[in-house]
Amino acid sequence: MPKWIEGSAPYEDVVVSTRIRIARNLANYRFPQKMSVQEAEKLTQEILDVMKNIPENANYKFFKINGLTPTERIAYIEEHIISPALIQKPDHSSFLLREDEKAAIMINEEDHLRIQVLLPGLNFEEGWELINRIDDFLESSLNYAYDNRLGYLTACPTNVGTGLRASAMVHIPCLSIIGHVDDMIRSFNKIGLTVRGIYGEGTEAAGNLYQISNQVTLGEDEEEIMRKLKNVIYQIINKERYVRDDLLKKRRYEIEDRVFRSYGILKYARRISSKEAMDHLSNVRLGKEMGIIDNMEFKQIENLMIEIQPGYIQRLAKRELDDKERDIMRAKHIRENLL
Amino acid sequence: MLCEICKKNQATVHYTKITNGKIEELHVCEECAANNSEFNFESPFSFHKLWTGLMDGFQDSKQKKTVEKLACPFCGMDYSQFRQTGKFGCAKCYETFRDNLMPLLKGIHGHDKHVGKIPIRANKKAANERKIEKLKEKLNELVQREAFEEAAKVRDQIKELEKSLEDSEE
Repeated sequence: MPKWIEGSAPYEDVVVSTRIRIARNLANYRFPQKMSVQEAEKLTQEILDVMKNIPENANYKFFKINGLTPTERIAYIEEHIISPALIQKPDHSSFLLREDEKAAIMINEEDHLRIQVLLPGLNFEEGWELINRIDDFLESSLNYAYDNRLGYLTACPTNVGTGLRASAMVHIPCLSIIGHVDDMIRSFNKIGLTVRGIYGEGTEAAGNLYQISNQVTLGEDEEEIMRKLKNVIYQIINKERYVRDDLLKKRRYEIEDRVFRSYGILKYARRISSKEAMDHLSNVRLGKEMGIIDNMEFKQIENLMIEIQPGYIQRLAKRELDDKERDIMRAKHIRENLL
Repeated sequence: MLCEICKKNQATVHYTKITNGKIEELHVCEECAANNSEFNFESPFSFHKLWTGLMDGFQDSKQKKTVEKLACPFCGMDYSQFRQTGKFGCAKCYETFRDNLMPLLKGIHGHDKHVGKIPIRANKKAANERKIEKLKEKLNELVQREAFEEAAKVRDQIKELEKSLEDSEE
């Protein structure tokens, strides 16, 4: 189980996780896309030297992307610990992962530094407190690229200013059943929020999971950005819960049938694709959310949603598997872990 | 008014340059203007060209070329590259492309001014800059009162602060 899932998870019936990341760059280096491997190494060393003295009571482990197998790289993305963009230039990029996996520092992604905090449930306050502390520490020794008018300078102008992307991953199967998700996405876009797939920018939604994040990074301060986002997430929580109650009253057999069919398939299938497994696990989670089944914890279901992904399954198998082998291995893993 | 360069001819070319809110004025004669690249409006880096290019919304292909030739002195990124990738090559690009960037940022974010977190280091710098401004005002006042002894002290303070600012930038 990824360690970051552990701990209290407020509103876990709707909110799977909270992620906050800030983009930072050093003033005296070109941005990663323009960097040579030597420059990238020099910058990485500078950051590692600073990180040696981090006063937190937590150890960070250092991983170079080119030191990981392709399968391991994908598995870290599936665990949400790193972003897909970090593995694009393996010779340039690396990351530092805190022991409890709640904080990661990506080096030479699109920006020199992408500091990320990942917490279960809805928890912007704790997340911001932690990431701000790490940022303050790094800033005391590193010369950040900062402009009095434009704030933190980033490779892409869409991140300039606070460099902050805060997001919450929500599971909203009932809003999806009644067909409200598209409307919701449209209305968010109007107020400077955006909806992304489960691994962030440019990825698809799966298993009724959506990542809702701020779009604007300039002209609003960090607290304001997160307050606005939190208010919207509260509204989603209320709506999703309301529709769940309503569906349970009006269409109980339909929902129960849906949950138990999925449960049955997961319990007995001998071959299953990750897409099919995600859809059924989403229904099992729905069963838990509505009190239809209660033999599994939310964290166990979430964990399965991560462990059945292609990279993770191969990590569990400790070898590379082709599609068919993966589907067999996945079905077996689910059977053994579904309670 | 005499030309500020040759100090001989009458100044007939009046040039106001505004960079990041800092205003520079120059009054020169036609001859000196012709010899100075700053006034050469046909030069690819001409400020004037850039501005009209923006005003025309890049309609004129000749002017469009001028902007696209603008390149960052630190990383070599030019504007057409930026337009293709949507990403800058280094922090200095923000200076290089500043004038083109502002409307773009306003379009993306609806704002063009950061109001969030300030790094402690930059904060110190901003505070020092403010202190220098105040001391300069005081210096002026002291000089006008002919309190030269005190003025000398203030002048040294300013010098010290300016030096520490320069050092922190290095």
